[in-house]
Formats: sequence, structure tokens, C-alpha cells
Amino acid sequence: MNWIRWLKKSPWVFHVNTGACNNCDIEIVDCLAPKHDIERFGIKLVGTPRHADALLVTGVGTRQAVPRLLEIYRQVPKPCVVFLIGACATGTGIFAGGYHVAGPVDEILKKEDPNAIIAYVPGCPPKPEAMISGIIKTLSTL
Amino acid sequence: MTEAFWIPFWILVFPGFLFTLGLGLVASYLVRKVSALVQYRVGPPVMQPFYDIMKLLGKEILIPQDAQQFVFKAAPLIGMAGVLLLSTMLGVNALWPERTFVGDIIVAIYLMVLPSLALILGASASASPHAAVGAAREMKLVMSYELGLVLAFVVVIIRTGGTLSLAAIGGQAPVIGISNFIAFAVSLLCIQAKLGYVPFDIAEAETELGAGVLMEYSGPLLAVWEVMHAMMLVALPMFLVMVFLGGFGAGGLGLLGGVLKYVLVLVLIILIKNTNPRVRIDQAMKFFWVYCGIAMVVAVVLATIGNIYGIARL
Repeated sequence: MNWIRWLKKSPWVFHVNTGACNNCDIEIVDCLAPKHDIERFGIKLVGTPRHADALLVTGVGTRQAVPRLLEIYRQVPKPCVVFLIGACATGTGIFAGGYHVAGPVDEILKKEDPNAIIAYVPGCPPKPEAMISGIIKTLSTL
Repeated sequence: MTEAFWIPFWILVFPGFLFTLGLGLVASYLVRKVSALVQYRVGPPVMQPFYDIMKLLGKEILIPQDAQQFVFKAAPLIGMAGVLLLSTMLGVNALWPERTFVGDIIVAIYLMVLPSLALILGASASASPHAAVGAAREMKLVMSYELGLVLAFVVVIIRTGGTLSLAAIGGQAPVIGISNFIAFAVSLLCIQAKLGYVPFDIAEAETELGAGVLMEYSGPLLAVWEVMHAMMLVALPMFLVMVFLGGFGAGGLGLLGGVLKYVLVLVLIILIKNTNPRVRIDQAMKFFWVYCGIAMVVAVVLATIGNIYGIARL
């Protein structure tokens, strides 16, 4: 049986902040609000990585936050998708080369798990419409 | 056909597993859809609860290193078995009233505690501090609402002249009286707490405890919990309908009336869920022990007086 087929229909997401300025986080909360209502697509925000199918990672990946991000990634039951939300998470944005930056989040995740499924939603911050479109497009290509 | 064939059929297919699960998925869709409508959202598609369960079945099971493995894996099954027995018993009661036994209302009260007990067991076995707090809260919640619930059923038993059989209680026309009304209101709130819905979702409080008692469950084990919750959404309102609202009558029209009563109870539960904030555990205990306790004692006294002097409206 192709289990990924069902994953597309109900991706539960867990939100990880790795040193974001909170703007992307506010836009993520916006997706849940009545205007955008991502529950239409079966997307639900869950409180623990054990229930999650997708991680919404915001922020540049600071030295303090990266070990926590990797621990959370290991706690998510596979298969799972990692969405990098915002300019900081997709590249390192305006913080490139900063003393507190541990490196682009995607490279860190690739080092931990070479088979990680990573999707990028750029923008500073990305609009809720952009996030929804990114999530739906990624899930339809799985 | 023999009993040896029919009993597994009842448990696994018709009033039992398949039927209850199907109806439960529809009911949990209704819960999510009506909640969405109350909040001016669109809400999930009809098949969403089914998709969720199928997806969870395909995922990896992660078990914490420090967890007590056997209890951790067995707890969801124990909880589901309890709800399964309860729903089978209620279904057989509604369809074939002659097939019941005296005292089944007491068995039903016992079976209704099993899901909460299983939640406490599973959470305690998972070695997670979040789940431990959730388990402690669930335990306190069980201790607080059980009294009100049992007293509510005592009122009904008094009003129906001491019958201990669900079929006999469900077969009578609903008595309209003050004590019955109080008992119904209190037991509706207790059912709310049993289902783990706002205002009594203290054990799973998402903003405080992540997922509380279900913190460490993933994949198929979580799917079993979801199935259990869906089946509870059928069994518990059905129990209320049978005890307080005159049950499911025989024949097409009576059955339709029963289904309407079930939907009424479900909508009441959903509306309470969506119009209340979460209470703290001490507020919940105070609410159940002091306010509901006093109300239930008054109801029991009223029912007894009404029964002795033959006043139907008390």
C-alpha cells in the first residue's frame, strides 16, 4: 500500500523556531485563522513532534538552536517533510556569515539525514498564500 | 445460526467495531466541521478523520528509551477494547432488548472508565514529564466527575422504580421532571470531561502540555487512540440517549427519533466545546465536587420524594 498517498491528505505540522525574528511565526499563525483556514487541506498544528508529518522551520539556525532542531527532527516519525519558511531558513538571509549562525538549515539537516525531504518557501516573511501554495505543491510532488 | 457465530459478528461488525468506527468517523468529522463553522472557517473535508487514521497507520512507531514497553503498547488496545465492548452492549441493547441482562447499567458505568484508565496507564508508561502531568490531571478529573455521573444514573434508576436494566430504562418514555433535568445536565458535562473536550480538556491541554497524555505516541499506536476517541463519540452520547431520552425505539420512525436525539446530544456537546474556555484542574474539581455534587444530591432527594408521594414533576 502506498502510505505516502494518505500523508498528502492529512499533513500535521509542528512549528520549530530556530532563531527567527517572529515575523514568519506570526504569518504561520495567520494560516490557521479563519481567512486562510488550512484545515481545509487537512493541515493541523500539533503540539509534539511525535504527531507531526511536517516540520515548519523558521529562522536562520543559530548555534544554540541547531542541536535542538536536530533532536526534534530525530523525534519525528518518518516519512516526514521539512519546510524551510522564510529567507533566513532557506538561505541565511541577511545574517549570512554572522558569528551566531551555524550554517544554512538545509545543509545541517542533510548532514544529519541525507534522505531528508526539504522544501523551501522564500520570502521575508512569505505571505500565508505563498506558504499554502508551497505546502500543497510540495505534497503533490511527493 | 448459532451464538458462536453471532457474538463475534456483533462485536466485530454490526453494532460493534466496523459500524461504531464508521459512525464515529462521521461524528468526529461533524465535531471538526461544526467547530470550524462556529469560528467562521470552512473546515475539513468529509473524509478527513479517515485520512488521518490511514496516514497514522503508515507511519513509524517511536518508543521512548525509558518507556515501559509492554504497558505503553498495550494501553491503547485496552482503552479501545473497553469502548468496543460498551458500544456493542449498547447496540445490542437498542436493537434486541430481550437479549440483555439485569445490571448492565453498572457494567456500562465500569466500561466507561476504561478509556480514561488506559490513558493514565499509557501516559505513565511513556516516561515523559509532559505525559506525567497529563496523567496526574486525568486522574484528578476521573475522581471528580465519576461521583456526579453515578449519582445521575442513580436518579434515573430511582425514577424508573429501581430497574437496573438498560433496556427497561430505555424502553420507558422519558420522564419530564426537575430531577431528571438536573441529572441530564450534569451527566452531559461529565460526558464532556470523559471525551476530553473543552472546558475539561485539561489532560491534553495543547497550549500547556503539548499533547499531554498522548505526548509520546506516534504512528499506528496514535491511530488506535484516534479510533478509540471516534468510537467514544458514538458510545457515550448513545448511552445518554438510552438512559435519559427514552432510547432508540423499534421500527423506522422510532429509530429515526433515536438518531435525531443522538445528533441533538452531539450538537450540544460541540456547542459547549466551542463556547467555553479551558478551566484549571482545581476549578474543574471544585465544579464537579461542590456545584455538581450539591445539584446531584438535591436531584436524588427530589427524585426519592417524587417517587414516594407519586409526584411526576419533581
